Amino acid sequence: MANAHEIAHDDHHDQPPSGIKRWLFATNHKDIGTMYLVFSLIMFFVGGAMAMVIRAELFQPGLQLVDPVLFNQMTTNHALVMIFGAVMPAFVGLANWMVPLQIGAPDMALPRMNNFSFWLLPFAFTILLSTFFVPGGAIAGGWTMYPPLVLQSGDSFPMLIFAVHLMGVSSIMGAINVIVTIMNMRTPGMTLLKMPIFCWAWLITAYLLIAVMPVLAGAVTMLLMDHFFKTSFFNAAGGGDPLMFEHVFWFFGHPEVYIMILPAFGIVSEIIPTFSRKPLFGATSMIYATASIGFLSFIVWGHHMFADGMPMAAQLFFMMSTMLIAVPTGVKVFNWTATMWRGSLSFEPPMLFAIGFLFMFTIGGFSGVMLAIVPADFQYQNSYFVVAHFHYVLVPGAVFAIMGAVYYWIPKWTGNMYNMTLAKTHFWLSTIFVNVLFFPQHFLGLAGMPRRVPDYAVQFSDWNMVSSIGGFGFGLVQILFAIAVIQCIRGGKKASAEVWNGARPVGLEWSIPSPAPYHSFTTPPVLEPAEVRRS
Amino acid sequence: MNLKRFRKMSPGGCRSLRGAAGLGAGLLGFAGGSFADSMSPNTSNGYNLPMGVTDISHEIYDLHMLVFWICVGIAVVVFGAMIYSLLRFRKSQGAIADTSMVHSTKVEIIWTVIPVIILVFMAVPAAETILKMEDTRNSELSIRVTGYQWKWQYQYLNDAEGIDYFSTLAQDSNFARQLHSGIDPRTVPNYLLSVDKPMVVPSGTKVRLLLTSMDVIHAWWIPDFGAKRDAIPGFINELWFKVTPGKEGIYRGQCAALCGRDHGFMPIVVDVRTPDDFKKWVVEQKAALNPPTLPAAAPAPAAAPEPVKTARLN
Repeated sequence: MANAHEIAHDDHHDQPPSGIKRWLFATNHKDIGTMYLVFSLIMFFVGGAMAMVIRAELFQPGLQLVDPVLFNQMTTNHALVMIFGAVMPAFVGLANWMVPLQIGAPDMALPRMNNFSFWLLPFAFTILLSTFFVPGGAIAGGWTMYPPLVLQSGDSFPMLIFAVHLMGVSSIMGAINVIVTIMNMRTPGMTLLKMPIFCWAWLITAYLLIAVMPVLAGAVTMLLMDHFFKTSFFNAAGGGDPLMFEHVFWFFGHPEVYIMILPAFGIVSEIIPTFSRKPLFGATSMIYATASIGFLSFIVWGHHMFADGMPMAAQLFFMMSTMLIAVPTGVKVFNWTATMWRGSLSFEPPMLFAIGFLFMFTIGGFSGVMLAIVPADFQYQNSYFVVAHFHYVLVPGAVFAIMGAVYYWIPKWTGNMYNMTLAKTHFWLSTIFVNVLFFPQHFLGLAGMPRRVPDYAVQFSDWNMVSSIGGFGFGLVQILFAIAVIQCIRGGKKASAEVWNGARPVGLEWSIPSPAPYHSFTTPPVLEPAEVRRS
Repeated sequence: MNLKRFRKMSPGGCRSLRGAAGLGAGLLGFAGGSFADSMSPNTSNGYNLPMGVTDISHEIYDLHMLVFWICVGIAVVVFGAMIYSLLRFRKSQGAIADTSMVHSTKVEIIWTVIPVIILVFMAVPAAETILKMEDTRNSELSIRVTGYQWKWQYQYLNDAEGIDYFSTLAQDSNFARQLHSGIDPRTVPNYLLSVDKPMVVPSGTKVRLLLTSMDVIHAWWIPDFGAKRDAIPGFINELWFKVTPGKEGIYRGQCAALCGRDHGFMPIVVDVRTPDDFKKWVVEQKAALNPPTLPAAAPAPAAAPEPVKTARLN
């Protein structure tokens, strides 16, 4: 601890370096966190623009705007950009900002690696997005990159592999940084069980990342070998096995799903107690539940592949293990509800987003249980029902949690309060439109509309039109979010150190002034009982 | 209700399409079909799973509804508790937080155990259905289904051996689906869900499909049969269905695995006939085949992989 403090002290400046150097050579966790969050917001709009193209083409039957190839490029890149460019970097950005502030550390443990892991991302996405301009066009075989289809890609193929490798390296380094920081730099007296729940959620997420990103790297490297070096890992004609890719991919892919939701659980577990003015109910069981979900995420990958033709024993195993995930997830939902029970609730923007998360993530959880039922899954699989399911857990789930986190902590970052009315408008319009957008997709899938199609039979017209209207609305409303954030950076009512006066914000991050000084906790803070959530 | 209407409408639509099927002209189907047919390609009411026409599809529908209503029940309790908290415990109404309420082992054990019991309750009937779905023994007719970018090949085995043809998107849908075609899809019967030559199977017969692919992964899906399985190069997957007698008709589905540019344009149509009509169809088809040496050669060019221009996605 003292050692880390001395290292941080060597680097101590009162003022950040000026100009572009501040960002290019950034080692300060707050600067890097800011860059991650800004990058994520840009990618959110890039991926969102692709979603607008998708919904515009699906507005009515027939092809009006884009040909099927461009449509497939849009769905594929929308997924890659949103997963690897928007949601994951947003969580890493939040971890960069908040983990040191919550555990009383002066910075992340490995600041130069932190710089490197961020700066890989703009290059990775420049490569990925520039595939739209190479011969053969952008990747169009789905973000899941299943061979043999992905091997039919043009020049974009090696660029995709390289971009995925860069994203993977970046994620692994980010995860290492979080683990090393949390394990070594907690202020004296902060035992693991006294650590804030957001840090806990991120600690478990970081282990998932380290476990599965190399698996993805291996899978895409085998694809590269098959394409360029005449190996036959996945080529049936050469004795390979196209199904093996799916197994390897989903061994990465399912934990990846939890990588995108566990930090959201952590955020919601911070926000709800604050605005319920009550400690988090069953905080220890929350940690165990998160860890259980993390463990279970490694043994459920087969549920993505029921229709692939799987031995009956495997179908039964993956059905049971998948259903088991509902238990710890249910515990979390019940605990959040119990936290609000007999509380004293107020509805500031972060709380609104957390409550929105609670309701709509649970809807995604219900359709998740339905999808686990193997016989029914044969009807749901690769239909719009699946699209509705994972968008419910990712948009009003993960994305709402990220926006809630920004509204919760941005006064601490900028020192300014934002326009509350604007933020509340953003919440209500987002909530209405996100349901108009995704709820009808359940109906489409059940009625038999497959996913990833640019055109559809006419009986799917009505719900597609409703969904597209919701999509355009949701897309436009996000401009309000950008406005609220930019206004808050530029000025506004000054925020106090505690920010949420009158509510019950708990934790070390509220003990330092707003905006947080460029260098905080240069000496380890003494943990007051009030800053400890659990005894 | 739409569902009932479909059951009445379906046989008429089938007869008209059946006449057209042999000629491979969707346009003739257009002449004989009605608009109502194009609105009802399966027994779904437009917002729920189709009840379907096989025992398995009925079991799936029942499982789906069972799990759905269990979820609704849980949602009423959980969302009810949330909404009650949101209304009852508002600071603006003077609610004071009970900060001593931090933990209760008893309550936490209860809400861990109850979901486990509910899940077991759902898993048991699901497992029973899986056992039935996976039992492909004693099939009476086997058809080898091969996926191509972007069409299906049906090769009949057993008594219908020798019947071997491709099934592709009907011409009228194919014209209408082109970018800026100017044709309103609503005027095309069964837009994107009709083919030149459907698979023909007998009702009341256990039909086994042997699925594979010659290029990328496809998936064969007929919602009304509760039947979906991937067609994977280098693998042969099995799938069976048995259409309830009396439910003869045309059933439609689509490829359900992203397979490239025209993934959305390789529908699956199954024409279910009575066993007697099916036998007649087999005789007709065999009669239409040329002398024994030629049929092997004739389909070969069509069976060849797609030309080089599709080797890339663009």
